[in-house]
Amino acid sequence: MIPRKKVYMAAGYNTVSLGTGRSEFNPKKPRPGLEHYIKEAGTETLKIIGGPENVDEGVIGNFMAPRFNKQGNMPGFIPYIDEGLQWKPAISVEGACGSGALALMSGVKSVLAETADVVLAVGVEVQNTMKAIYGADVLAGAGWFQKRKNGHAYFFPGQFSDRAGAYYDKYGFERTRKGFARWFRNAMENARLCPTAQEYENKVTDPEALYLSREPNGKFFVDNLTVFDCSKVSDGASALIIASEEGLERCGIDKKDAVEVVSFAQVERNITNDPPDLTELTTIKKAVHQALDSAGLTIDQLGTIETHDCFSIAGILAMEALGFAKPGEGADFVAEGHTARDGKIPVNTTGGLIGWGHPTGATGVHQAVTILEQLTGKAGAAQIEISPGKPYGMTINMGGDDVTVVCIIYKRG
Amino acid sequence: MNYEDRLQNVTVLGAAGKMGSGILLLTALEMADLMLQPENSSKKFILNAMDVSVDGLKGVMKYMRSQVLKVAEKKTVVLRKIYANREDLIENADIVQAYIDDVLSLVHPTTRLESAYESSLIFEAVSENKDLKVKIFKQIDQNNPNKPWYFTNTSSVPIHVMDEEAGLEGRILGFHFYNPPAVQKLVELIVTNRTLPEAKEFALEYAKKLRKVVVPSNDKAGFIGNGHFMRDALHGIKEAERLAQDMPYVTAVYVVNKATQDLLVRPMGIFQLIDYVGIDVVRFILNVMNPFYPDEELHSPLLDMYFEQGVKGGQNPNGSQKDGFFKYEKGKIAAVYGPYVKKYIPVDEIQESIDDRFGDLPENIIPWKSVIRMKDRNEVLQKLFDELKSMEDLGAQLAVTYGKRSDAIGRKLVTDKVAHNEDDVNTVLLTGFFHAYGPINNYFE
Repeated sequence: MIPRKKVYMAAGYNTVSLGTGRSEFNPKKPRPGLEHYIKEAGTETLKIIGGPENVDEGVIGNFMAPRFNKQGNMPGFIPYIDEGLQWKPAISVEGACGSGALALMSGVKSVLAETADVVLAVGVEVQNTMKAIYGADVLAGAGWFQKRKNGHAYFFPGQFSDRAGAYYDKYGFERTRKGFARWFRNAMENARLCPTAQEYENKVTDPEALYLSREPNGKFFVDNLTVFDCSKVSDGASALIIASEEGLERCGIDKKDAVEVVSFAQVERNITNDPPDLTELTTIKKAVHQALDSAGLTIDQLGTIETHDCFSIAGILAMEALGFAKPGEGADFVAEGHTARDGKIPVNTTGGLIGWGHPTGATGVHQAVTILEQLTGKAGAAQIEISPGKPYGMTINMGGDDVTVVCIIYKRG
Repeated sequence: MNYEDRLQNVTVLGAAGKMGSGILLLTALEMADLMLQPENSSKKFILNAMDVSVDGLKGVMKYMRSQVLKVAEKKTVVLRKIYANREDLIENADIVQAYIDDVLSLVHPTTRLESAYESSLIFEAVSENKDLKVKIFKQIDQNNPNKPWYFTNTSSVPIHVMDEEAGLEGRILGFHFYNPPAVQKLVELIVTNRTLPEAKEFALEYAKKLRKVVVPSNDKAGFIGNGHFMRDALHGIKEAERLAQDMPYVTAVYVVNKATQDLLVRPMGIFQLIDYVGIDVVRFILNVMNPFYPDEELHSPLLDMYFEQGVKGGQNPNGSQKDGFFKYEKGKIAAVYGPYVKKYIPVDEIQESIDDRFGDLPENIIPWKSVIRMKDRNEVLQKLFDELKSMEDLGAQLAVTYGKRSDAIGRKLVTDKVAHNEDDVNTVLLTGFFHAYGPINNYFE
């Protein structure tokens, strides 16, 4: 869908993605809570836009604070960011790991509905509050609870392990693993360029060799994936504003420092059904093509993509869903380096969910912030060159196993 | 009686002790594995945790709960399969809790020895006192109609002596875990020429299920582990006493400990190890061993002196180190005990006076923690010990002498027919004592 009026995103900020990999992370010591992350991200965004008085409403994207942090009523943390936000409207949205992009969509719709000119959107998750084995229970909430009993101890890795297994069977194990290995390498190398990334301090000299050195072992983890295929357990928040032209002006932000939402697609799949095809991300496929088609764009016009690689297989399948490779050739496409930062289509330029981190409810917002930085030339050491022929950026945020999907296409304002 | 039947009614004697609690944990986990197999659903499994201390039993049940929790969290993937038919268990947290409940349901804490009267298998981990052990065995055996097997955790008392004195007709063997049993991979297995072959067979299977490394030792007091450790410790004490002729006694203890830890690349220095095991326990073991080795003097008046002054080392119930040769702060050596002044002297004061004479650490020094991670360590160790041999500092000389003595002790265990071969001696020190290299080597020649 293309917006009926111009909608922009600007003033992005990411906190550190805290968890294993960061030297300041110590699982045995107390860590900042939800409040801290919301406040840090929100405050930094407010600084850029000239203060809370410029905000009309707030939205928080969060997945499972009620379980990870025993906290509900998340909208109440919008005014906690700044006293100036008190007595203004706020809302929270949830769609599992797609919560962040739902927060973006909520803001976009408020602007389109003309009930707000500036929406402060914050995505947040603090999930290092429990051991991975119990965190897996919480994250399993992204699937249908009726299927939990027969699912894997690590439920979501189990779901995507099944997808990887189906892909191995259909297209070959070694061949696919080569693609996964390259995906992992890109994630590590890109994360090292971004100071907030969880793998920023990663020093592995040959990530592909490291990846290939470990075979999946279903006795301790899932059958078809290893830890190197998985996104991180992360604490973090991201924030930005969604604004109309008037809103941007009010905040004193030059359009050149903002991105314009070119088109978006929000697609939902019935959570109680099994995926129609394990080797295809059907919902993502629908979403990306809706977004591209409505804007009259082709994938050749995309300069960079942030895609939801909660597992390497999801990254590979997204490349196929987009049409960069035929079914079964996505792994080759990645293995050949086409998704690297200097490849045909740079993907996840600050590491994605595997390298930068995956504070679940924050990820959708984090992806938008990354695209904003790339398209406005503010990505620092991670900056890629955006050529005039390929000026568009895309985010793909997914909740559950291809259930809640939002795809947004952006260009510099 | 097959393997499973043997494990249906088990008693651990001394279950609240350091060794007993570990044996209790491992046995409970093994029994739970059997109990949770569908074909065993109608069988009853009972594990008596017997100890004289009620408080100790309370503590051990707490320990069990925390340890089983850790185990459950590690093997949730498998447990989900085991509990697949339990419709009420859905989340990992449910599964973990159910497993803890099931394991603990096996365990019956008791202060009454009578509990053992129905058992088929009895693990004994009471204090290292032959007469006490014999008395308990005798009492159980006279009242237990099942002709039970006795697996004793003794680290020093010859098995055949207990067999004869308690009249057990070969239904006993030595199954010596290392401290802490849940962590240490080593088990010394000691059979006599009367031990029932099927008991040995069971012991090997049980050890295998527990994923232990079994080293057979002959039935000679102290076996391999203490056979080496006790003589090694006595050498350390002698060295300290020798050095104390021209330096303060506390300094001598500090120096010998430092040389044995840092320069010999061991996980602990010799006096810290004595503290870890317990001065009282070491003294007890020496007393047990001494009569069996008439040619040696396995006795230390110095340890007697510490013991009489109430300085005993060993560990607190929470696993922290009690003060002995050293006073410990956060697990680190903070002061050294002077038995003549009867107080602890801070390490800082001692270090200053001796560090010069002790000498700088060799260039090729490498900490124990790093060495044990190396697959191929021979070369780095050879280089280090060659350098030590070329140095004239006090520390280096002490270490080289110590290494030679340790080697000689190891070889003598083989010639004395305690160990079957040199490899067994090295395996015991490598796995039971976490040494980075076996005592029998050519490094110090």
